[in-house]
Amino acid sequence: MTVAFSAQALAKHYGSVRALAGVDVTVDEGELVGLLGPNGAGKSTLVKIGCGLVRPSGGSAVVCGARAGSREARAAMGYLAELFRFPGWCSADELLELHQRLAGSTGGEPERTELLELVGLSDARGRHVEDMSKGMQQRLGIAQALVGTPRMLFLDEPTSALDPAGRRTVRGLLEELRRRGVAVLLNSHLLSEVELVCDRVVIIHRGEVVAAGRPQELAKPRGVEIDLEGGTRHFEGTGREDVPRIVADLVAADEKVYGVRVLTSTLEEIYLEAVEGESS
Amino acid sequence: MLVIASYALQESLRRKVLLIVLILTAAFLGLYGFGIYKAYETIDPNSREAIGPSSVLIDTRILFSATLFGLSMFGVLFLATVLAIFFTHAVVRGDAERGLLQPLVVRPVGRTSVLAGRFLAGAFACSLYVAVVYAGGLLITHAVTGWWPDRIVLPAVELAGAVIVLVALSLVGSVFLSAIANGIAIFMVFGAGLVAGLLGQIGEALDSDSLKTIAKVSSWVLPFEALYQDALNAITAETEGFTKAALSLGPFGGAQAAGISLAPYVLGYLAALALLAVAGFSRRDL
Repeated sequence: MTVAFSAQALAKHYGSVRALAGVDVTVDEGELVGLLGPNGAGKSTLVKIGCGLVRPSGGSAVVCGARAGSREARAAMGYLAELFRFPGWCSADELLELHQRLAGSTGGEPERTELLELVGLSDARGRHVEDMSKGMQQRLGIAQALVGTPRMLFLDEPTSALDPAGRRTVRGLLEELRRRGVAVLLNSHLLSEVELVCDRVVIIHRGEVVAAGRPQELAKPRGVEIDLEGGTRHFEGTGREDVPRIVADLVAADEKVYGVRVLTSTLEEIYLEAVEGESS
Repeated sequence: MLVIASYALQESLRRKVLLIVLILTAAFLGLYGFGIYKAYETIDPNSREAIGPSSVLIDTRILFSATLFGLSMFGVLFLATVLAIFFTHAVVRGDAERGLLQPLVVRPVGRTSVLAGRFLAGAFACSLYVAVVYAGGLLITHAVTGWWPDRIVLPAVELAGAVIVLVALSLVGSVFLSAIANGIAIFMVFGAGLVAGLLGQIGEALDSDSLKTIAKVSSWVLPFEALYQDALNAITAETEGFTKAALSLGPFGGAQAAGISLAPYVLGYLAALALLAVAGFSRRDL
């Protein structure tokens, strides 16, 4: 599979402050990777290095085969910043047109129409940014990031200002992007959201990757719960592979089995364990 | 680059800044016209005023017209400086702090194009503004006094050049300073240049080498002042005798002509500022 983004031994120091200390991350084409970590862990710095906004102190970052920050890399990527603002005097359509011109996109009006539809802003095409709610601006930001059909998308907290319906729209959008083969590095504090849509997660703490992998791989067994006639029984220290034996033993003992649940740690538990309980 | 330049111009139009500037400028020209008309009523334009014991003659109409037109040129420079600062004071750090810059510079156009586009927009808008307001002051002065300056185009070009230098200084400042700090700094630099120019005028009047040296050094460091002084000088370039001497003693006399090295020096100065801005911006983390 083609690598869309790769960071190797990536380091960044702001004076005496160490933001990244040798981070290795890869995002494959069509893969959705969630970036997790407490505030100040170095997530936004990693994303900004990928976009060429911040220069690394060491290591390397490559976007679609080009050095991060180079013209070729910038032509291949889209970006939504955590703290962004668009000029209030621009309408949604004008903003996308501006970014089409900056990105050299030839998509024209059909591309703008499609992007506004994707983020649910078709009715707000002519509305000025200053007249939009924060959530609408965030959706417009996602549409802006998709101008020019990027192969690699960096999204820094894209749903922080969205209501549940808006988050659902974005989740659907991310799944659609994955179907189209777009690689996404999603920096988010919303663990449930990351768990729902991401193929892999990378947890960063104090500038280092402390856990990485598929959520199922990172999850630890928490026993098996079985619903019986007399109530629910919990079997500590067991896992999925123990279920046939446990059920066979229960049936042999004349118990009626109504339900079986294999318990694993949630992404929240994995995260808290990885960052030693540090809050964001 | 042109995309960014048109974006910057569109921004100023849509935010109605240019409209406000035009209204205020119309007010300035209206007041200037009213003032010069009223003042002109108080003098006898045909007189040849006798000054001093040797009865030296001074052409009152030229002295009056050139001084007042010099005042209007100062007004043009001041208003255009305000416009220049508005266009450029927050282009890098200010816009980055507000989150406006990042979505633009991650596009393939890149940082140098953003700077160049902003410079083009500021230089174009301010030059156009200088040309229009300068022409307004010129026509009003002529309509009231019947006087034309000795050079008409050169002073306008030099005033525009002075404002372009200020656009460039403000753009460089925006790379290193926050928006408010940069705006204040550029105004202070502008003020320092004017003070140095006035010191030079006084130096000429008193024949003080120290003051003349201060003015000369300041003009090299801040060439917008040299351009402004040369523009003032050009409006009475062919005026001679004691009328010219009397003009040189005034605040708008343009006692210091710059010479032919000014134009290439200004071009080199702008190139150096461009290199400084590009180098500073390319190293800045956003």
